[in-house]
Amino acid sequence: MSHRVEVNPITCEAHGMCAELLPERITLDEWGYPLIDDTPLHGSQVEHAIRAARACPTFALLVKKERTERSGRVRVRSG
Amino acid sequence: MTEVQRPRERAAVESAPALPRLLSGIRAHGALTLEEHLALHGPLPTGHGARRRQQREHAAMLIDEIELSGLTGRGGASFPTATKLRAVAGARGRAIVIANGAEGEPASLKDRTLLEALPHLVIDGGLIAAEAVGADELILCACATAPTSVEAMEQALAERERELTGGHAPKVSLATVPGHYVAGQETALVNYLGGGPAKPTFTPPMPFEQGLRRRPTLINNAETLAHIALIARQGASWFRQLGTSSQPGSTLVTLSGPVAHPGVYEIENGASLSSLIDASGGTTARVRAALLGGYAGAWISGGHLQGVALSKEHLAPHGATLGAGIVLLLSESACPVAETARAARWMAGQSAQQCGPCIHGLDALAGTLEEIALGRADARVTQRLERLASLTSRRGACAHPDGAVNMISSALEVFATEFADHARHGACEGCARAGELPLPLRPLSDESSGKKGARA
Repeated sequence: MSHRVEVNPITCEAHGMCAELLPERITLDEWGYPLIDDTPLHGSQVEHAIRAARACPTFALLVKKERTERSGRVRVRSG
Repeated sequence: MTEVQRPRERAAVESAPALPRLLSGIRAHGALTLEEHLALHGPLPTGHGARRRQQREHAAMLIDEIELSGLTGRGGASFPTATKLRAVAGARGRAIVIANGAEGEPASLKDRTLLEALPHLVIDGGLIAAEAVGADELILCACATAPTSVEAMEQALAERERELTGGHAPKVSLATVPGHYVAGQETALVNYLGGGPAKPTFTPPMPFEQGLRRRPTLINNAETLAHIALIARQGASWFRQLGTSSQPGSTLVTLSGPVAHPGVYEIENGASLSSLIDASGGTTARVRAALLGGYAGAWISGGHLQGVALSKEHLAPHGATLGAGIVLLLSESACPVAETARAARWMAGQSAQQCGPCIHGLDALAGTLEEIALGRADARVTQRLERLASLTSRRGACAHPDGAVNMISSALEVFATEFADHARHGACEGCARAGELPLPLRPLSDESSGKKGARA
């Protein structure tokens, strides 16, 4: 099981909270929209990512849980 | 601006006696009637009215046949049609089929041509697809900017009223969709038909699992369905008699630029570009370059056009594909820098204005290209363009920004000399001439207001 950060670009309004709360994964572009390192999060980063997602004013930041099922299919859920 | 002529003088290309297929029987004006259509192609083989088990077997057989044919989507993405059909057929819930005739790309006329001139072929394909995926509803979408195609579809549906109100037929309806560029994107179409704006939505879920009214939704391009109508009658091996092994069959191409008869042509997949140009009466000016795949496509310089075949394999080294079957030729006298700036500005205007990187990135790219065309760019403009391209690409909910960046990047590569020249010396002679690429004068989108305004 692994977690990744993702942004819904439609709902994102460039508030920039995510970059404040998860600077190790998120920086902002010149217009204030997040540039995301979407490799799997490790350790305490998961907790920080979830906190950042909850703080997003438009709930545009998503922490996706990926689990490899026995069938080999990846199930994606937002958390 | 070169007006693309009404595509009426279509001819088979090259010495392929089996062409035209889709375009056979097409008339200079008006649509083929149901009677004429049936006389030409024969009746549509359906499993309607059979027992349930036989119906299921027939549906599975249809998908197998389409898989054997190797048909790929003709809306631009070339996705294997059978894979899509199978995904929808296997999804939970009763499926809906959408025939996608939204054609917002100004350099493409093939879908409206089909709806306008050969509406029964598209309806047939939609009915077969509905049967294959077990759908009880078929929605035919035509472009609001092509009223003749809307009228032709209405007329065609009226002709088939008795057949379509029978107990076994799916419920068939016609929808008129807005003409802007992204309206034909699958999730935008689902969004619009569901009562929302014709703008893309964030995925997942993908339409095939949860589309219109949360039901599995098959969205096929109008031309793809027209091919299905013929494959259902003639079979996969007939389909494969033309084309290459990786891209069997024929395809519709919209050719524009300095040729005697611009318009829609049916070619064998893998045919040479020169045979297409010959079929259109030859060029009327020297050709500087070709834009393949339209405004989300890629440029190939004139020097490389000789010997180019319109196949995946041949176009790949140039970073190009045929996209939705689009070949735009640019004449020697046109300025590629000014043309690219115009095309980029138009694509920026066609953004759904939903995703920040697309709104700001495409606008900044177009602005920077305009500065170059006017000779107002500084020495660091190349780095700026590269940075903007990487900030814009793959950061939207749909592929619109990626397509625009693709076209701009290929222009910077193919016309490197011209761009450097403009950056140094400013506008050239060709810049002053009216634009040659077919672009509507004003963006078709009436939704260019800021994205925040759209939300309560």
